[in-house]
Formats: sequence, C-alpha cells, structure tokens
Amino acid sequence: MNLLIVAEISRGQLKLATGAAIGFARQVCAAGAHTFDVLLLGSDVGGLVPSVASYGASAVLIAAAPALAEPLADRYADVIAQVARERNTSVVVAAASTFSKDVLPRAAALLDAGMLSDVIGVDASAEEPVFRRVMHAGNVVATVRLAGAVKVLTVRSSAFPTPEKSSATSPAVPVTIDVAALPSGIEFISREEKGAGRPDPTEARIVVSGGRALKNAEDFERLVGGLADTLGAAVGSSRALVDAGITSNALQIGQTGKVVAPELYLAVGISGAIQHVAGMKDAKVIAAINKDPDAPIFAVADYGLVADVYEAVPQIISRLKH
Amino acid sequence: MKILVPLKRVPDPDTPLRLRADRSGIDLDGAKFVINPFDAIALEEALRVKERSANVEVAVVSIGSDDAIEQLRAGLGMGADRAVLIRVATPPDSLAIAKVLAAFFQREKPDVVLMGKQAIDDDSNQAGQMLAGLLRLPQATFISRLEWTPGEPRAVCRRETDAGIETVAVRLPAVLTADLRLNEPRYVSLPGIMKAKRKPLEELAVADLGVDPTPRTTIQKLELPPKRAAGIRVKTVEDLVTHLLAARG
Ligand SMILES: Cc1cc2nc3c(=O)[nH]c(=O)nc-3n(C[C@H](O)[C@H](O)[C@H](O)COP(=O)(O)OP(=O)(O)OC[C@H]3O[C@@H](n4cnc5c(N)ncnc54)[C@H](O)[C@@H]3O)c2cc1C
Repeated sequence: MNLLIVAEISRGQLKLATGAAIGFARQVCAAGAHTFDVLLLGSDVGGLVPSVASYGASAVLIAAAPALAEPLADRYADVIAQVARERNTSVVVAAASTFSKDVLPRAAALLDAGMLSDVIGVDASAEEPVFRRVMHAGNVVATVRLAGAVKVLTVRSSAFPTPEKSSATSPAVPVTIDVAALPSGIEFISREEKGAGRPDPTEARIVVSGGRALKNAEDFERLVGGLADTLGAAVGSSRALVDAGITSNALQIGQTGKVVAPELYLAVGISGAIQHVAGMKDAKVIAAINKDPDAPIFAVADYGLVADVYEAVPQIISRLKH
Repeated sequence: MKILVPLKRVPDPDTPLRLRADRSGIDLDGAKFVINPFDAIALEEALRVKERSANVEVAVVSIGSDDAIEQLRAGLGMGADRAVLIRVATPPDSLAIAKVLAAFFQREKPDVVLMGKQAIDDDSNQAGQMLAGLLRLPQATFISRLEWTPGEPRAVCRRETDAGIETVAVRLPAVLTADLRLNEPRYVSLPGIMKAKRKPLEELAVADLGVDPTPRTTIQKLELPPKRAAGIRVKTVEDLVTHLLAARG
C-alpha cells in the first residue's frame, strides 16, 4: 500500500494539522510494509520541503506552478489525481479542514475512489484496513470498511499526533504539470481573513468560546476576546452567535463548524447542545460558565461555574492579570 | 433556466438518537424526519433566485426509498416546481449519490446544482464536490452568498473557509454547496402544502439511469463514544481561576 499525504499550505506556511495526516500514515506504515509520499501543492512551495522531509516519506513531491497559487478545487483535484495515478497511490490522506473538504472529495471522484471524512482511528493490521469515524454530531462512532483499489480519507488532527522527526531526509521530487490542461472554471477573486492576530482555534492549546449569553459583538470582543487574550488563547463561538451575525462562521465550533481538541476549552454562556459538544468534547479539560445550573454543558464540563458571564468574566480577567 | 436541488431525508437533529440493542444501527423507530437542514438552505436559495427572475424552474430530487416522498412533498410545499424520487435499494454512500446525480444531471441539464454542504446524519461533506468532479464542472463549496442573475454565464460566491471568507466566480453550469449563513429557510405554509399536492412528482428506478449505486463504504458496527467523567461545580470565580491556571500548565 502506498499512501499520499496532501499537505495543507496557507499563506505560504505549512498548516500544523498536516502533521496529523503524516502521523496517520506512520501508524498505517508501522502495521505493515507500506510507504507514503507527501505532496506539496502551490506556486512556490520548495521552501517547505525541509518542514516535511524528516518524517520518513519515500518522497516529498513538489507540484509548483503559478496556476496553483490559489487552492482552487478543480485544479488541485486534477493534480492530486494525476499524482496518485503516477505514484500508484492506494490511499490519499489529508487533515480534515475546509481546504481538504473542498478538494479531496473531488479528487476521489476523479479517481473513482470511495471516501471517509473525519477518520479518528485505523486498524491497518488486517488485510483490508478498517477505519473509525464519528457520525450524527458525534453521537455514534462507526467502524467502517471502504472498498476499492484507491481510497480517500480526511483525518481529525486531534486523533493522530504529529510524529517525531528523524535524521533521514526524504528526496524532493518535482511533479510535471501540464498547466494548459488544467481546468479554469473557478476564478479566485478575493479573501478576507477574520480574527487575524489571534491563534487558529484548531491549532491553539486554549480556546475560549462564547455563546448566546453574549448580546453583541462588542460584548463578545470585550469578554470572550478579552479572556482569550489574557490566556493567550484562540476564540471560538457557538452557532447561535454566528446566526446572529455577532461572530464569523470561521469561529464556529461544532458538528458543522470546526472540531477542536485543545488542552483547555472554556465555554462562556453556551448551553451545550449536542451539535456544539460534537466539536469540543475531545478537549483535555473543559470549563463552563453558565447561569443556568441545568445547562447541558455542565454534563461534559470538568469544572462548572454557575454565574452570569457579565459578572464573572471581568473578574476572571482581572484575577488572571494579577 | 433550471436549478436542481438534491434533498436528503435525515432524522430531526433535535431528537436524541439511540442505538439498536444489537448495535447494528440507529434505532429510528418513531423518529421524526426532516429535509437535511443544509439542503433546506440550498432549496431556499434556489427559490429566492426564482422569485427574483422570470423563467426559473426549481426541481428537487431525492435518492432513496418511498419514505423520501415526505421530504420531496415538503420541498414542493416550500415552492419547488417539481420533484423526482430516484429509488435505490441499499442506502447509498457519497460516491454512489454523486454517480446517480451525475447521470440525472445529464438528463436534466440544469444551470446550477445547489446542494447542502453536509448531511447531518453521516456528516460526510463530500457529495457535491464528488458530483462536480465526476461532471468536470466548476464548484463552490460552503457558500454564504450567491450573486447570480439567471442567464449570466457565471455566478459569484462567497465561501466560508477556516481562515475567513473567500470570494470566487464559477462558470456555469456549476455545483454549489450551501453553508448555514446563506439564508434562513422559510416555513412551509398551509397554502404551500395544498398547492404541493398538485405538483408533479416523478419516480424513477436507479436502473433507468444506468448507474450502479453499490456503496463502497460498509458500516461494520456502531458504538457510543466514551462518556466524559462527571466534573465538579466550583463555587467561586477564584476556584475557577485556580483550575484554569492548572489546566493551562
Ligand atoms: C443541523 C444543525 C447543525 C448545527 N451545528 C452547530 C455547530 O456546529 N455548532 C454549534 O455551536 N451549534 C450548532 N447547531 C446549533 C445548536 O443546536 C444550538 O442551537 C447552539 O449551539 C446554541 O448556541 P448557544 O449555546 O450559544 O445558545 P443557547 O442554546 O441559546 O444557550 C445560551 C446559554 O447561555 C446561558 N446564558 C444566557 N445568558 C447568560 C448570562 N448572562 N450568563 C451566563 N449564562 C448565560 C443560557 O443559560 C444558555 O444555556 C446546529 C444545529 C443544527 C440543527
């Protein structure tokens, strides 16, 4: 079996979650005589080779062309499918994110491959690997088989730690791309990055999330943002605030938003609906502040404080500052 | 102009789920079913396009068993013009759905396929992208705004990504998948339901489309995820801060 890891690159930087996809590959390779390649896609990605070359890959493949400057799904999927064919790949893997959710299913279709999203476990010792993934907003864990010569997966970064680096270096191998043959049906126009300056909730060690208790964007920024900044944390949000236009969709944690697994998750005025809990229940420690003693969030919280967030949070911020 | 909206029948997200006693699946006895919430958002958007322009037809399609007729009727009740049920014997996976829809697309030749980004039962988030790939059509996933006047050769979409918001233009025909911020779906009105009864609902067997919908994925077993151990209630802000500092390390 040969795996192909699709690295995720954002603003010229390798996303940390890529390490999880490599961790997955290493786990599979440890279970049998399997090998893996890492694919770097973009316009100018050669400089990233050292960041992925010490994990034991057979090759670091470089698919670089100005036409790949933006991660447009039609072009990226074409290149991934081409590389998978050339390298005789049996499993294409990337860390779950909006990037891989956009691109990988399309590549799977080009390869006539079945796909599993958000894989959290693998048993590769059997002849055919068996995978575990969550469904129904995290309410059930399914053990799944995936038939076919080629398989495509996204993996949850919380489930597969980045492996240690070794001293051996994988060779860098350029991929030849026929740029004229790439599709051109999607045109990139612009990008607005929200919440710049704060860490990405999927990569942060601490996440402070706010819910409907926060009445407007100013309160959210002052209380949730203020607490996050004192803790050096990322901010997150329930869907209720996204719906109300108070926070950006990029902050939504949950079944249909981001899945996070930080050391500490602090839920500020969030009820704890299953769809929210689906995105944060793998945090090591969960703390919650809610004025309703019966709020479901307290059933998953390690530490719960029954209080009004408008009173408690400013006190917490000032205690932490002293 | 035609917009095609696929609808999936899913358990109501507000009903708690139970596993069957033998853990072979989810106990859906007595469960309420709805149109997958993201598909309802996609349909709402299609209806808004239709309301702004002349000569737009909105067709809804579901792939499943007779049960899905309930959701197709609900889609007609919201305002779709016609519905098609494509009958399959085994529940399909995303690739099978995409293959069936690709064949159906060739028959229908819509200008836009508007789909939900994700079904809230299997949480796969794949079918739209796969459909676009099979048809070699442009795609815009996770869209939160659609700027398109029927007749124009391209649509401008705002997409929700991990980093923020991206704007792309796609050449039509294209596959678009809806995120939650796109709109808020309307409720089905009583006159809507009455009207829906007279709208056409066609039924097809998947064999009529010449597609093999055998799924590649097989669920071997389902389990409940491990429960978190019960936590403690702290009495004061001071106590909470102590625990926060300890957890921060
Ligand atoms: C298909 C689908 C997908 C969904 N996906 C997601 C998802 O990905 N992420 C997500 O978060 N949700 C998701 N939801 C929505 C989810 O079901 C809940 O509606 C949402 O999480 C509720 O957000 P909330 O807890 O902020 O608001 P509420 O449920 O309104 O809770 C607010 C809480 O704040 C407390 N409170 C109010 N004022 C104060 C105060 N001053 N001090 C202290 N506490 C206070 C209240 O006691 C209450 O517990 C989804 C729903 C559906 C149907």
